[in-house]
Amino acid sequence: MELNELIRKSCEWLRGTGPNSDIVTSSRIRLARNLNKIPFVHWANKRQEEEVLNTAKNAIQQIPFLKDSLFLRLNTINPLDRQFLIERHLISYEHAQNPDHKAVIIGEKEIISIMINEEDHLRIQVMHSGFNMQDAWKFADRIDKELEIKLEYAFSPEWGYLTACPTNTGTGLRGSCMLHLPCLVMTKQMGKIIHAISKLGLTVRGLYGEGTEASGNFFQISNQVTLGQKEDIILDNLERIIKQVLEHEQGARKSLFEQNKAILQDQIWRSYGTLKNAHIITTDETVELLSSVRLGIDIGIIKDITRQTINELFLLIQPAHLQKLEGKILNSNERDLRRAALIRERFKKK
Amino acid sequence: MLCDICGKNEATVHFTEMINDQITELHLCEECAREKGAQVEQQFSLSDLLAGLVDFTIPEGTTISDVKMKCPNCKLTYEDFKRIGRLGCSECYSTFRVALEPLLKNIHGSTRHIGKSPQKVAKVFKAKSQIEELKDKLRKAIQMEEYEEAAKLRDMIRELEKQQG
Repeated sequence: MELNELIRKSCEWLRGTGPNSDIVTSSRIRLARNLNKIPFVHWANKRQEEEVLNTAKNAIQQIPFLKDSLFLRLNTINPLDRQFLIERHLISYEHAQNPDHKAVIIGEKEIISIMINEEDHLRIQVMHSGFNMQDAWKFADRIDKELEIKLEYAFSPEWGYLTACPTNTGTGLRGSCMLHLPCLVMTKQMGKIIHAISKLGLTVRGLYGEGTEASGNFFQISNQVTLGQKEDIILDNLERIIKQVLEHEQGARKSLFEQNKAILQDQIWRSYGTLKNAHIITTDETVELLSSVRLGIDIGIIKDITRQTINELFLLIQPAHLQKLEGKILNSNERDLRRAALIRERFKKK
Repeated sequence: MLCDICGKNEATVHFTEMINDQITELHLCEECAREKGAQVEQQFSLSDLLAGLVDFTIPEGTTISDVKMKCPNCKLTYEDFKRIGRLGCSECYSTFRVALEPLLKNIHGSTRHIGKSPQKVAKVFKAKSQIEELKDKLRKAIQMEEYEEAAKLRDMIRELEKQQG
């Protein structure tokens, strides 16, 4: 597998299938792991970072189902490619910042990605389409079990997996789901929900994780506590709460559809019209309009375009994706033109 | 409109900054915006928050000299930890134990891991906790003057300890 092949493929988590995939677009599990006694990434010297990189790489590539994965040292690819990987959620923004001695291993269909030398020596990530945290967890656990045989993990029976930041100590587990909640935003209920969720030891974030704003009505809900609870309990709690948020969104959709059908239809069809006809469009405007069209598909108003097409567009209209598709660097004005053309083209295809 | 910072390139990014209730608008070109963006991020991070928590969590009556000052494995000092909000290596957890225990309690509401363990650790750990449990029973048996039971328990402990090497 090669980096440039990814652009022609759709990732598993964008398929738009799986349980409740109208509202929960994807489910993700992340495990933070470190090697015993070797300084954590921010405190290690170059030699130690290199040692971690090689040890981890060898161990990962010995796992039978990761044999054909793509290994990338981040300092061997250009900034555009790094941005491309961020947009696909394969690496974090932080990971791309100082690319020396950092790497990522990407499994087939982009379900698995393992970052080496991010905040922790290893960040194992598994992503699935739809509301499917259990399968993602089982897969992450399987990778973890393979790696623990080959690597000497930093672990204490008392405090669990030892991580660079004490906020991840214990299970090192972060489960999260990406939710599309346009009707909770329209009915102004999100503030209340975020407040309630934060009281339950969970966090709500924007589309691209820590420190990002919610755009396109997408919200990421994840657990905060990692110590003192078993993994299945952490995920069970998270799932229960996400299920409630999901039901609230379903309720809001139903009542808006029944009580304000004309207004809702008007908004959705206007968004559809703009996307289908615009010649210059920014990322922000596109994301807002795609959100509206996605809702239109979910509630059966729009029928001539699939959810997967819309999901893919959310990704393809991002700056690095557009430039990779075009095969050259584009400034922001050129991108706005190219973006509009791409959307028109996809909307025409049946 | 030209960029407010360099005055050369076209402004395509628009920022609203709020400092002490004073709202300032900034119109920047992509390049200056990227630099500005980096500045904004640096202003506030999780590690700052954590670093702020660290001092509060040292138990009363413990002085700073009770917290070992430097990790023997990675040489991170307690001051470093306070500044960056990150530990230096796995050994730091035992070095700064006095300060970490209350900090973990603050963050997670608990200081005991009950989740999964690496299988090789789990085996050793399971045997150890079994021995501890038997020793506890042994103490109780002696207190109750049940010497026959105590002898049985003593043999079981010896056997397990032998297996452990």
